[in-house]
Amino acid sequence: MKPIYMDHHATTPLDPEVLSAMMPYLKTAFGNPSSTTHDFGREARQAVETARQQLADWLGAADSDEIIFTSGATESDNLALKGIAYRSPDEKNHIITLAIEHKAILDTAKYLQKQGYEISYVKIDSHGIIDLDDLRRQIKKNTALISVQAANSEIGTMQPIAEIGAIAHEHGIPFHSDAVQALGKLDINVQRDKIDMLSISGHKFYGPKGIGALYVRKDLRLAPLIHGGGHERGMRSGTLNVPAIVGLAKAAEICERDREKENARLLQLRQKLRQGIESQIEHVQLNGHPEKRLPNNLNFSFAYVEGESLMLACRDVALSSGSACTSTSLQSSYVLRAIGVPDFLAHCSIRFGLGKSNTAEQIDIVLDLLRKHVPRLREMSPLYDLAKAGVDIEQLSWKDHDHDIHE
Amino acid sequence: MDVWQDYTKKVMEHYENPRNVGVVENANGEGVVGNPACGDVMKLTIRVENDIIVDVKFKTFGCGAAIATSSMVTEMVKGKSLEEALKISNKTVAEALGGLPRVKMHCSVLAEDALQAAIDDYKKKTGAK
Repeated sequence: MKPIYMDHHATTPLDPEVLSAMMPYLKTAFGNPSSTTHDFGREARQAVETARQQLADWLGAADSDEIIFTSGATESDNLALKGIAYRSPDEKNHIITLAIEHKAILDTAKYLQKQGYEISYVKIDSHGIIDLDDLRRQIKKNTALISVQAANSEIGTMQPIAEIGAIAHEHGIPFHSDAVQALGKLDINVQRDKIDMLSISGHKFYGPKGIGALYVRKDLRLAPLIHGGGHERGMRSGTLNVPAIVGLAKAAEICERDREKENARLLQLRQKLRQGIESQIEHVQLNGHPEKRLPNNLNFSFAYVEGESLMLACRDVALSSGSACTSTSLQSSYVLRAIGVPDFLAHCSIRFGLGKSNTAEQIDIVLDLLRKHVPRLREMSPLYDLAKAGVDIEQLSWKDHDHDIHE
Repeated sequence: MDVWQDYTKKVMEHYENPRNVGVVENANGEGVVGNPACGDVMKLTIRVENDIIVDVKFKTFGCGAAIATSSMVTEMVKGKSLEEALKISNKTVAEALGGLPRVKMHCSVLAEDALQAAIDDYKKKTGAK
């Protein structure tokens, strides 16, 4: 069987049109955009500035200068949080975020916390949606930043970004959003939605890896993380990655051009997959919101079947799981746990991330595999026997198994 | 995916065609170890006659390695005396599978614990020493 890629939240393949756009800058047009005294440099500079303008237009930014190129969204998130925090550490030292943010936000927040910053996590409901009243309650005089993702990478839950932006601005607090999963799918406009900083990653929407950007509203100054030649208005030094920047802009252009059509197609495929799972397989639970989710995302727990074993059974399909057995930490997904999915069901979760290459035939293949293997693995599962006997697995008291290796 | 590439052929073979799945009907020893919250539970049932494990079956909720180690341990103890069976450790199970990825070694611990628990249960039930 030909492998099927259904893990588009992790990364996407490079669009051939994007590669073509990049090629001249990988081959002949090699100039350094900072070398404006000769044509080699000027050619590169022009390519970068055209790309910057395209991205600014795409995001609804007022000025192309507001796009700061980075190595990817992890750097963008770091720059947004640390850049604000280090700018005014004494007066404003409080950051508000969510427990289901990407690790680039959560680990940066934890790092800042160790340095004395205060971090608050706004309540979310069982679908992962922010509680706006709680957000209001968490705001304090010393709040420096509110950072809330546009959409979640595991459960696809979309946040009411414009409403969060409005609340942040009522209080004069900058609002940052990690929009990595949402871009190319949702209609985002930084001015309309009152977003002051926005993280972008190229490889999540068929662009190259190793390139991203942070939109930073003009009047916002950030402390740089990387010092050097003073590139990117002093906020991010380092010679610009010209081919990747050109590729990033091209990928954005294609995404915007095809967005409505592709979203409609993805929604149809998603519906087919969801309906197939819900109608053909027993004891499944949809994780995340039934509607307010990315058009390409599904996350199901197949109760009593451990996620890694199911992925192994369906190994010609690239999927991902919230099971601990796919991580080295032996911890199940923090996102699923944060929205209250019981641990044992988090271990049974599978994430389906649809994208451009997926077809209706592939959905049928995946449904066939699930129909075959879920019951087979359940027959092997002692938990399924307990459930059939009417035992509530969560209520049972289990001895904690020690994971120490006896050697 | 990384982890699967580290699964030996033997692990994959036992995962694909697990031996002795189920529950021994007239079992006189049962061991259930693990915790669903940790993502692995193993249940081993045995039938012991004259100190010999004449039948053994497993049911496992867990990853591919957990299923393979369960299958392997049933194969290793079938027909063995209790004394011989108790000599089987997580290490010997892992070795019989041609090794396990480091992050999966705990699965073999689960298999050893399940066997131990089933034998303990048999001894308790029958008053054997």
